[in-house]
Amino acid sequence: MENTFTMAAYVVAGVLFILSLGGLSGQESAKRAVWYGIVGMAIAVFATLVGPGSGLWLLSLMLIGAGGTIGYFVAQRVQMTEMPQLVAAMHSLVGLAAVFVGFNAEMTINLVEAAKAAGDAVDGTFAKLVYKKEPIEIGILKIELALGIWIGAVTFTGSVIAYGKLAGKVTSAAKKLPGGHILNAAAAGLSLLCLIWYLNSGAMLPLLILTAAALFIGYHLIMGIGGADMPVVVSMLNSYSGWAAAAIGFSLGNDLLIVVGALVGSSGAILSYIMCKAMNRSFVSVILGGFGDAKGPAMEVEGEQVAIDADGVATALEEADSVVIIPGYGMAVAQAQQNVAELTRRLRAKGKEVRFAIHPVAGRLPGHMNVLLAEAKVPYDIVLEMDEINDDFPETDVAIVIGSNDIVNPAAQEDPNSPIAGMPVLECWKAKQVFVSKRGQGTGYSGIENPLFYKENTRMFYGDAKASLDTLLTLIS
Amino acid sequence: MKIGTPKEIFSGEARVAMTPDSAKQLQKLGYECAIEKGAGVAAGFADADYEAAGVEIIKTPASLWKGVDIVAKVRQPDETELKRLTKGKTLISFFNPGANEDGMEAAKAKGANVIAMEMVPRISRAQKMDALSSMANIAGYRAVIEAGNNYGRFFTGQITAAGKVPPAKVLVVGAGVAGLAAIGTSTSLGAITYAFDVRPEVAEQVESMGAEFVYLDFEEEGTDGASTGGYASVQSEEFRNAQLAKFREIAPDIDIVITTALIPNREAPELWTKDMVEAMKPGSVIVDLAAEKGGNCKLTVADEKIVTENGVTIIGYTDFPSRMAAQSSSLYATNIRHMMTDLTPEKDGQINHDMEDDVIRGATVTFEGEITFPPPPPKVAAIAAQPKAEVKELTPEEKKAEEAAAFKAQTKQQVTLLAIGAALIMGVGLIPNMPASFMQHFIVFVLSVFIGFQVIWNVAHSLHTPLMAVTNAISSIIILGALIQIGSGGFLVILLAALSVFMAGINIFGGFLVTRRMLAMFQKS
Repeated sequence: MENTFTMAAYVVAGVLFILSLGGLSGQESAKRAVWYGIVGMAIAVFATLVGPGSGLWLLSLMLIGAGGTIGYFVAQRVQMTEMPQLVAAMHSLVGLAAVFVGFNAEMTINLVEAAKAAGDAVDGTFAKLVYKKEPIEIGILKIELALGIWIGAVTFTGSVIAYGKLAGKVTSAAKKLPGGHILNAAAAGLSLLCLIWYLNSGAMLPLLILTAAALFIGYHLIMGIGGADMPVVVSMLNSYSGWAAAAIGFSLGNDLLIVVGALVGSSGAILSYIMCKAMNRSFVSVILGGFGDAKGPAMEVEGEQVAIDADGVATALEEADSVVIIPGYGMAVAQAQQNVAELTRRLRAKGKEVRFAIHPVAGRLPGHMNVLLAEAKVPYDIVLEMDEINDDFPETDVAIVIGSNDIVNPAAQEDPNSPIAGMPVLECWKAKQVFVSKRGQGTGYSGIENPLFYKENTRMFYGDAKASLDTLLTLIS
Repeated sequence: MKIGTPKEIFSGEARVAMTPDSAKQLQKLGYECAIEKGAGVAAGFADADYEAAGVEIIKTPASLWKGVDIVAKVRQPDETELKRLTKGKTLISFFNPGANEDGMEAAKAKGANVIAMEMVPRISRAQKMDALSSMANIAGYRAVIEAGNNYGRFFTGQITAAGKVPPAKVLVVGAGVAGLAAIGTSTSLGAITYAFDVRPEVAEQVESMGAEFVYLDFEEEGTDGASTGGYASVQSEEFRNAQLAKFREIAPDIDIVITTALIPNREAPELWTKDMVEAMKPGSVIVDLAAEKGGNCKLTVADEKIVTENGVTIIGYTDFPSRMAAQSSSLYATNIRHMMTDLTPEKDGQINHDMEDDVIRGATVTFEGEITFPPPPPKVAAIAAQPKAEVKELTPEEKKAEEAAAFKAQTKQQVTLLAIGAALIMGVGLIPNMPASFMQHFIVFVLSVFIGFQVIWNVAHSLHTPLMAVTNAISSIIILGALIQIGSGGFLVILLAALSVFMAGINIFGGFLVTRRMLAMFQKS
């Protein structure tokens, strides 16, 4: 191999990437881990530029610089509540890049074949690599690049739609074109046919049709998934962007691409799995959209929602010794994390025990709530996971639910006919008192009535979460 | 339809079942309202106030009963009033159906529908029309006030220049609605308050009101309040003895006793015996809220205040709510109004007497010429205390066996997965003509996926968002592909590769920087 240095550098970069992901096991080691990732990426790019990517290296550097500047500004400006959109938008870039690179590979193959037929030599590292390949290898190469393009295209439109939904630019309700999943299946079938056609003919047209079909699948699949399932969707797209990179790595014969693609792919897959488990639904049912059919009539909810004003909440908080706060997407929407943090600081200053209970699917992104609370300078050691805190609710004086609904729905445990039956939920109703900060009396995303709001120890604190907390803060010094 | 309220004819009854406020609300439901002249005077509502609220004033009771379709009143109707019922009229009132056979027969004979306010079931939805609770609340409050009135000392302890005042000690027996109201009033006046109830599950409520729950040294299967609709039930002999012994022990220390113990449809149980009264200090006060049903103390004389030989005052008034007529009338009228709201789902001023509705069915004692008392048990179980599901303690052997089984299952699962995985991978290798270069990459791929799974499982849940951002940043490793291609091929290749490099550049910097920003925010307390 002519590029032994590049190969060696790739190994170093690969190790650094693995360490970078492994370091995320703790908050402190994570701060170091991100540097491993940055250095790994720098080494990888540098090694490629001096080695196989040395043609037009100046242009490459300029483009990286220009992209980097944009990336820098985006990263500095983005609000923490907008994190889900940002992640989705970035996935779409990876997807699109994978599509482009795949097409390039196809065009290079054609050029090389033409050159071969004419007996000319070829230019460029990748072209030289292709030049040496046997016909069977070219065949596999074509499958790989078609796969890369397909996954990349699904990732691209899927991420764009996910971005739109998260940013509120596309309706977050689940929408399907008439025909539903049959359309998806048809598009997938069409892709397969095009793949066979492409392998046999080597023409560009089937590849384009295949891309179009994949773009449609990405669009239609994500359109059919509702807002609350976004954590699964975003982690799934994350996974896809990884698999796309891996597939492109195969076709380019680049091991580092394969390694990193596989790392990212499996990371996203695990995240999706964790999110699905937290909702007690299978991955397939989330992706195909909609909730399972209820097995019978839902339990009738008895009682009425009793409202309370800020005075009442303040009094209860003054008297409480232990408080658990359960944030949800509503807190992110209302941008109330600073107020929540301020409330926490004041209550802690009074010697009360304040903790946070985070459901795995709270928010629109895995770990979304943790980031928001961290932004508001809530210490991470009082932010607990569902399993860590669920047993403590009976000893809790006051539980405050801010903008969450389905993740605190007792119907999941009490009503076997509920569509969310069996989903693990935060058992906040076991606390002595529960305050629910909520905009109005409507149901949550899933449209399921929440018996928590009707419990005798529950009081509804209506209003925008931020405004409510503002009033509350004036009463608690 | 027209709702009318006559003046209460029971002597000393000051309450009225309709107030100007409730009349306004009733009119919103589509009803016309009428009231007998002077009906609200004793409760502090003048006829002029009613007129201002759009209520028609009717001079005589006879014309009122005749002119309206629905009669709302407070006290159980007497014979004259029952005679005035006609077919199709609805009467909403306290009715005491358990001890009022004759009244029900009379109403049945007339074909009138009677809703007895004391029969409203105790479920959350019906709380707003639970007149027993709203009246009991007033009685509990007033009982403490009456006690204070007759007790010659402070409730609260004080240290003054003129000497030290010990706080009064108050015992509340029976922590129902009245008991809890009495506890609240008494603690807020500053007394040391003790409370007792046969239902141990109310101890928490008692303590939340600031009183101390008096526990018995007695082991018995606790009776479950939930199975009796939230009311107390009859106790066993042993339990009663333990309870009396406890009372006897504390009686000399107690300054004020408020008894509220009632069991539905029974005579009040005797809880405060003669010898306990004799053991109390002179000047002490007993308020017996159960006086109407014979009293929790047998010395109680209903409707009277007596002083025993050793100077203990026993108050047996039965009209506490009526003594606060303005307050109790407005609460009762609100209960009635809520009942009417449930009876008028369409808000069209027409009664829809839905016998399928738990609350309405439960409260109805006669309906269309039939006696419908007693009602079937409500479909919805009442309040509180679900029987606790028994958690079986596992013996160490069982635990071990369980763990071993779990381990076995896990091993089995893992081995199966490994076998399938290995077979698949080897299957790929068996495909004819598979080039070696592909196999090399394939090995790298499989091992990376494996490493990825091992590493990612350890990532903390709270760091999932940074994980996504960082994986996002490193997935822009796709830039390598673009960099390799940018030097080879034609214009289109260069253009697409350049675009890819540009986009990946955004991603690399954006992804890593935003991750760093996020991680920097995580702080330990």
